[in-house]
Amino acid sequence: MIDLQDFMVTLPVIEVALIALASLVAAAVWGEKAVRALGGVAIGAFLLALATMYCPVRFETFVDGTMPVLAFGSHFIDDGFARFAKTIILIASSLSVLLSWDYFEKEGHARAEYPVLILFVTLGMMLMVSASDLLSLYVGLELQSLSLYVLAAFNRDDSRSTEAGLKYFVLGSLSSGVLLYGASLIYGFAGATDFASLSALLRETSNPGVAIGMAFVGAGLVFKLAGVPFHMWAPDVYDGAPTPVTAFFATAPKLAALALLTRFVLSPMDGLSAQWHQAVMFVAVASMLWGAFAGLAQTRLKRLLAYSSIANVGYLLVGLLAGGEGGVQAILIYFAIYALNTLGIFALVLCLRREGRAVDSIDDLSGLSKTHPLAALAMAVLMFSIAGIPPLAGFFGKYVVFLAAVKTGFVPVAVIGVLSSVVAAFFYLRIVKVMYFDEPLLALDPLPGWGVRFVLGFSSVAMVALAVLPEPLIQGAVRAAESFSG
Amino acid sequence: MVSLPILSVLTFLPLIGAAVILLAGNGDEEARARFAQRTALGVSGGTLVLALALLAAFDPSVPGFQFMERFVWIPAYNISYIKGVDGISLWFVVISAVLTPVAVLAAIGSVKKRVREFMIALLVLETMMIGTFTALDLVLFYVFFEGVLIPMFLIIGVWGGEKRTYAAYKFFLYTLLGSVLMLVAVFAMALYAGTTDMTVLMGGKFPKEMALWLWIAFFASFAVKTPMWPFHTWLPYAHVEAPTAGSVILAGVLLKMGGYGFIRISLQMLPDASLVFAPLVIGFSLIAIVYASLVALAQTDMKKLVAYSSVAHMGYVTLGLFSFNRQGFDGAMMVMLSHAFVAGALFLCVGVVYDRLHTREIDRFGGLASGMPKYAAAFMVFTLAAIGLPGTSGFVGEFLSMQGAFLVSGWIAFAAALGIVLGAAYMLWLYRRLFFGPLDKADVRAMPDLNGREIAMFAPLLVLVLWMGVYPSSFINVYAPAADNVLSFFGAQAHEAQHD
Repeated sequence: MIDLQDFMVTLPVIEVALIALASLVAAAVWGEKAVRALGGVAIGAFLLALATMYCPVRFETFVDGTMPVLAFGSHFIDDGFARFAKTIILIASSLSVLLSWDYFEKEGHARAEYPVLILFVTLGMMLMVSASDLLSLYVGLELQSLSLYVLAAFNRDDSRSTEAGLKYFVLGSLSSGVLLYGASLIYGFAGATDFASLSALLRETSNPGVAIGMAFVGAGLVFKLAGVPFHMWAPDVYDGAPTPVTAFFATAPKLAALALLTRFVLSPMDGLSAQWHQAVMFVAVASMLWGAFAGLAQTRLKRLLAYSSIANVGYLLVGLLAGGEGGVQAILIYFAIYALNTLGIFALVLCLRREGRAVDSIDDLSGLSKTHPLAALAMAVLMFSIAGIPPLAGFFGKYVVFLAAVKTGFVPVAVIGVLSSVVAAFFYLRIVKVMYFDEPLLALDPLPGWGVRFVLGFSSVAMVALAVLPEPLIQGAVRAAESFSG
Repeated sequence: MVSLPILSVLTFLPLIGAAVILLAGNGDEEARARFAQRTALGVSGGTLVLALALLAAFDPSVPGFQFMERFVWIPAYNISYIKGVDGISLWFVVISAVLTPVAVLAAIGSVKKRVREFMIALLVLETMMIGTFTALDLVLFYVFFEGVLIPMFLIIGVWGGEKRTYAAYKFFLYTLLGSVLMLVAVFAMALYAGTTDMTVLMGGKFPKEMALWLWIAFFASFAVKTPMWPFHTWLPYAHVEAPTAGSVILAGVLLKMGGYGFIRISLQMLPDASLVFAPLVIGFSLIAIVYASLVALAQTDMKKLVAYSSVAHMGYVTLGLFSFNRQGFDGAMMVMLSHAFVAGALFLCVGVVYDRLHTREIDRFGGLASGMPKYAAAFMVFTLAAIGLPGTSGFVGEFLSMQGAFLVSGWIAFAAALGIVLGAAYMLWLYRRLFFGPLDKADVRAMPDLNGREIAMFAPLLVLVLWMGVYPSSFINVYAPAADNVLSFFGAQAHEAQHD
């Protein structure tokens, strides 16, 4: 049953798994001394997985560049969509490790478990985006979630961080339970767990039990995405978790959950589109509006970014609502730009330290353009980009998402979307205003190490470069979306 | 034909200048500021020379687009990088290129803090403006049209007056709100026609009901930008708070983007819908002309007065455009061109005394005619041009615009003429209060007359204003075939409407 083919298809995942296990041992043996080395190992593992994934030898013999390939029965799928999502996830994870490079040392709790946990989360995410069975879906999701709970509480001496971890754990496990219950309903009524059989079954017959199961699974995934009305945990967890962890939360795990949701509703649940369209439309519109309006009242950067991410989940779900190749393309393009943009913003948040302590209220940015002109310029680029103002890359993300929505006839959703983006523009502008219009308060500490500065520079340059030459990204997304043709 | 991609060079030359200022220049803060000023002046001057070369190389007898550049930008979404100018857009390119060096000159005198950043913002702004007027792909047009917001937001917010934050927000969000609706219309057009190539979309190819919705969405954006009553409320704030150089560009070029959008998109792409909505636009224009003029009469702040007069003048533009005849169109074009120079110059005039006394209250001044004779002379010419005295540029535009309106209905022209009377009232009253009367305030008496830099920035505008007034056909001839092209969509249809 299991042969070489299975192992070769899953090779990138296996590599990350083995390195994660070895790192765990190393962390136990060498402890704090190994923090930096293990961080390097984690980035190395991600790059290795990327290289393996696109290795030409693998394409020639084991996987197909155009057709999906299954492995281990039907649990694991390798197709263009999964590869594209994994690419973004691996890049985002690598940048997240860079963001934490000297953060925990400065905060006085450098622990070797951090890179190891990131490795495990990434492993879980890689499984999630390649899941093609309700069982592998759940295994991947839980591997990711359990590691994320620990990461949220990583500042274990800080009451806000432990509170964040606990909140996330309680609500997260509830949502996992809901998801599992939904999966059991689907299995009970349809008699299959793998996506291909489910898809065939549900195209012929529809069954209210399956629809309810789908709603539960969907709710569980929307919780992981922090979409309204399952968003309540996000501001507290974002605010309480250590900043590099928050940066990670806002990017890669969101894509994993979104990719999973996309595959789930567009492949096995395609026959039930009438049912899930309503739900996705509600979540999308509510997230866009709530994220935009609630963000207006925030005074702390990390909470503001939490609401910003809620609004962005709304835009992404508009892409899902559009569905089909166009919608999937839009989701992937939007997410790639959003993830890079967000990591850059968090890099700047990590730059804000005063007298050795991290600060994160919006007013701490006052006059940044005078004290750190280049950092302020980078941040301004990132803010205009995420607000969707051309000529920056964020505009193209919004363009493809709302184009997909108009194309499939969801014009009112697109209109609500663009109007909510004007509301959201207000709080992004406020950050530019504070940096450029206001006078500096107390002096900030010098900028931190190269890791953070690299991420900040990389992401702001990418926002300009992707605007001038979006073609490589768009081509990649177009090829990835072909997995959902027909 | 020229093989050099002159329009791209023209568009991105200022951006390169901005990059040079950002990256190059060393020494202390003062040396870098001087370097930035010189670079900005040199680059914008070079752009002006290029724009004039373009004007010389342009063949006015051809109605279509010239100097076309075209390559596929984003094939997956069928978006192309298309540039080209016809006689209409060419003039807007030229006014952008003329006013930017003037604004740089104004900024050299009045912007004392963060000089490098200001020069960078001005040059980026120039790239966006020229990009807007030369873009022939809807997405490209939108990118430049919206991109203007970023540098202008910073110019108002960083170098503006007391309430600059409020003004910058209002400017940005108001304009963005209008523009995102336009974006949805761009989607709908792209999906219906399968392309965003503006040359393909022209000529009214959309079904009637769809065209009406599209028209409303584009109107939302252009009416805010123009600005048309009742969407003008952002303008007085933006103008009052913006630094002089910002006001010059704002009044001179940014407002024209609305008028240009009306011509290029509302008239050329959605002619049927334009006919349907013409009464609405004409009504708004008349209200704008009368109401804004009355409000201008009541102002005590010089900049606010000029700002409201801009709203009134823009009323003549939309009035002329939506009369759908050649006189009205010429009137609209001439009012736009004339207003670019006259309003720009009036804001510079305000800037001159503001630099010296740091107030714009009209009552603080008086008797300047004896203390600053050169200044008084320049101000006089621009005041008369704003009123529309024959022999100045303002006369041609207002006269033609009203003539166009008269062909539609005598009553419309009558209402519009009220605005001219009121315009003369507020401008002459302003002039009297500033320049005549006793020169009794010590600080006002101490103000020096125009210096060389200031004369250099007024001189080209003075020449243009008089030239346009005396020999307007040198301007009209360049765009005449293009204008006939635009109106050809209406010739037949307006005729049909009369027969019904």
